[in-house]
Amino acid sequence: MEPVLKIEHLNKKFDDFTVLEDINLSIAKGEVVVIVGSSGCGKSTLLRCINGLEDINDGRVLLDGETVNPGSRNLTKSREKIGMVFQSYDLFPHKTILENAILAPMKVQKRSRKEAVEEAMQLLDRVGLASRKDSYPRQLSGGQKQRVAIVRALMMNPEVLLFDEVTAALDPEMVREVLDVILDLAKQKRTMLIVTHEMSFAKAIADRILFLDGGRIIEDSDPKEFFTSPKTERAERFLRTFEYEK
Amino acid sequence: MDQEVINSYIPLFKDAFLLTVKIGWLGIALAFLLGIVCAFILYFKIPVAKTVVRCYVELFRNTPLLVQLFFIYYGLPAVGISISAEVCGVVGLGLLGGSYMTESIRSGLEAIPVIQTESALSLGMTNGQLFKNVILPQAFTISVPGIVANVIFLLKETSVFSAISLMDLMFTAKDLIGLYYNTMESLFLLVIFYVIMLLPVSLAGTFIEKKVRFKMFGD
Repeated sequence: MEPVLKIEHLNKKFDDFTVLEDINLSIAKGEVVVIVGSSGCGKSTLLRCINGLEDINDGRVLLDGETVNPGSRNLTKSREKIGMVFQSYDLFPHKTILENAILAPMKVQKRSRKEAVEEAMQLLDRVGLASRKDSYPRQLSGGQKQRVAIVRALMMNPEVLLFDEVTAALDPEMVREVLDVILDLAKQKRTMLIVTHEMSFAKAIADRILFLDGGRIIEDSDPKEFFTSPKTERAERFLRTFEYEK
Repeated sequence: MDQEVINSYIPLFKDAFLLTVKIGWLGIALAFLLGIVCAFILYFKIPVAKTVVRCYVELFRNTPLLVQLFFIYYGLPAVGISISAEVCGVVGLGLLGGSYMTESIRSGLEAIPVIQTESALSLGMTNGQLFKNVILPQAFTISVPGIVANVIFLLKETSVFSAISLMDLMFTAKDLIGLYYNTMESLFLLVIFYVIMLLPVSLAGTFIEKKVRFKMFGD
């Protein structure tokens, strides 16, 4: 099957520091890929390169066979098809929840307000926030904001969803409500690329686990295999940091 | 204080009030336009224009309005351009105010976190859509208190117009004191008319601040 997203020989440097080195990856339709690794290993940068928020030094990112690179003419078109949810709550603070969800569909995709509102209400209902449609982001909890951010990304009907440590800034109880929404998306066979530090969540949702270290993908394996018998000593050491013994 | 003197002065102060308000608000309108243009130039880092704007802002923020008015009023005729005192007042106030407005609006634009830009771009917005729908409305909300403060400050600055023989409130008061020595009455009316001019602006400013800030910051 032709992959939805394909990355070929991607290299990324910040000045002299190599953040990503020769990344090769292809993701099939409906696949859920979880990226793990310690802080600074390049996970977030990889996601940002995929939708052109970062320049890349070398290589290509292909969505449906078309190049997504900063400066390319179809960049905004490609970004429509790549939804992204960030770690910090990035809702538009001057717009209500409903307006946050329908802004881009109306401005970018030129859909009618009526149709956009209809879809937004369905999605908000699905994440349990239909009653908050007229609230402003400041009136919501962190977990609620993240659920709205997911709805906002879904409104564009993207082919691939990128999640960049979306629960890292949340209280433990709120983590659950956000991850449940993402699990629900996996059941709907959405193609997703997820960066997370929640290992039990990764185990539950992933079709494939990528382990990044020093800007390279050093493991690309089945979740069961990765969590029980990682191939590299580095991954084993990484996994041990999540365990506690007295 | 002599009630009769006050009554006879009121029409004179009324004329001066209208002139002050007219020149004050025309100057503020000019300042606002100038501020928007200059703030955009700084925000988008337009080469050359950016440096020109920086020089203009520093020059006008760091010299008194009185000195600026003297330059325009006495300096321009020396190079063959003569303008009326009224136009001079509007231009002077506009240039001074423009430098303050530039900084207020620019700081609002720059206060918007990068993540706002990134999330708008990741939704497929063009730079134009991003600026119009995301950056500008938020920046305006943040700038409002600064803009209101500038408006009040500029209206008060009109009191130096008397130096270029504009018959504003200050000029009228000083003139009457010089002619008739009714110092108390003149100063009393001066204060009253300044309050009449500024109090509504101040109240309206507070109202607007509350209104536009509600969305982002609550009560």
